[in-house]
Amino acid sequence: MKELFDLFYSFMLIGVFTFGGGFAMLPMLTREIVDKHHWATDEELLDYFAIGQCTPGVIAVNTATFIGYRRHGALGAAVATLGVVLPSFIIIVLIATFLSNFMQIAWISNAFAGIRIAVCALIVSTVLKLFKTNANTWQKALIAILAFVCVALLRLSPIYVTLAFLVFGAFFFGRRRSV
Amino acid sequence: MTYLLLAYEFFKAGLFAIGGGLATLPYLMEMSQNHPTWFTLDELMNMIAVSESTPGPLGVNMASYVGFHVGGVLGAAVATFSLVLPSYLTVLIVIRILNRFRTSRIVNGGMEALRPAVTGLIAAAGFSVFWSSIYREVAGNMQFQWIAFLLFLCFFTTMQLKPLRKLHPLVYIAAGAVLGIVLQL
Repeated sequence: MKELFDLFYSFMLIGVFTFGGGFAMLPMLTREIVDKHHWATDEELLDYFAIGQCTPGVIAVNTATFIGYRRHGALGAAVATLGVVLPSFIIIVLIATFLSNFMQIAWISNAFAGIRIAVCALIVSTVLKLFKTNANTWQKALIAILAFVCVALLRLSPIYVTLAFLVFGAFFFGRRRSV
Repeated sequence: MTYLLLAYEFFKAGLFAIGGGLATLPYLMEMSQNHPTWFTLDELMNMIAVSESTPGPLGVNMASYVGFHVGGVLGAAVATFSLVLPSYLTVLIVIRILNRFRTSRIVNGGMEALRPAVTGLIAAAGFSVFWSSIYREVAGNMQFQWIAFLLFLCFFTTMQLKPLRKLHPLVYIAAGAVLGIVLQL
């Protein structure tokens, strides 16, 4: 029961403070899920993101369902998913009801501009940390850089990039010795 | 009837939008064509702008907003629930499958390449937020935002300092909001 509540609360926090879509929640996820509760490791988080990327639906929801399920089965999955979705729902309904010109309010849009910059810096910090642990050979560093270039500069769809590296890894790493 | 249609349309979007929030966009555009009384394309653009700048997963925000626009609080609940349901069910199935193949060398090899790849994808997501924050339209012109760029450098440097590294991300998000207002970003 305690853990169900923790799951709900952690994912609610993540839902409230995720700005800018699924991947932007990584710093919050790492703090709450990996550092604080030890519900998953950094590597497992990346696995969930990878799977979330090539399965249907919202990545944040997929990740919440994954972690919730691992801790507490289908019920844990439902609780974590509800947690990550509920704040969005409430905030949007409030805004839609009371503030039709929400983004035209100067101080609100200034605040969000500042938040986006903080989030960028958080993402870059987290990425550096992940890069050190998961791109520790030159082959893997090359994969990370290629994936970045494909999506950020060549504007390829992340789904195809993910699937391409999945297939590549299955052949390249799968045939060699177990690591 | 409207609620049933909402449920159907968002279940479809949830099931076929692969790759996160913005992937639902084409389905929303299709909705505005198929159901002209629900919302116009202009209204959709406004809803996307709000969804992108408010907290929470983009897809969920858009479902809540569109649902509310079409059918009030109940509409928002129906749309959000229908969008999330396919994700939830798919993940439960994927977990079953993964458990079965956990010892497969091929699957593990694939996952091993995926971790650095996803690291690159996250970097790309960060880069696109970064670019749109420091290079922005002001009074009709695209301008480089020096203050925003310096603020980014300050934040980033602070985060690398040993004693500050353990600070909760919320501290930085709150600082970002305050500095955004003070500096009128």
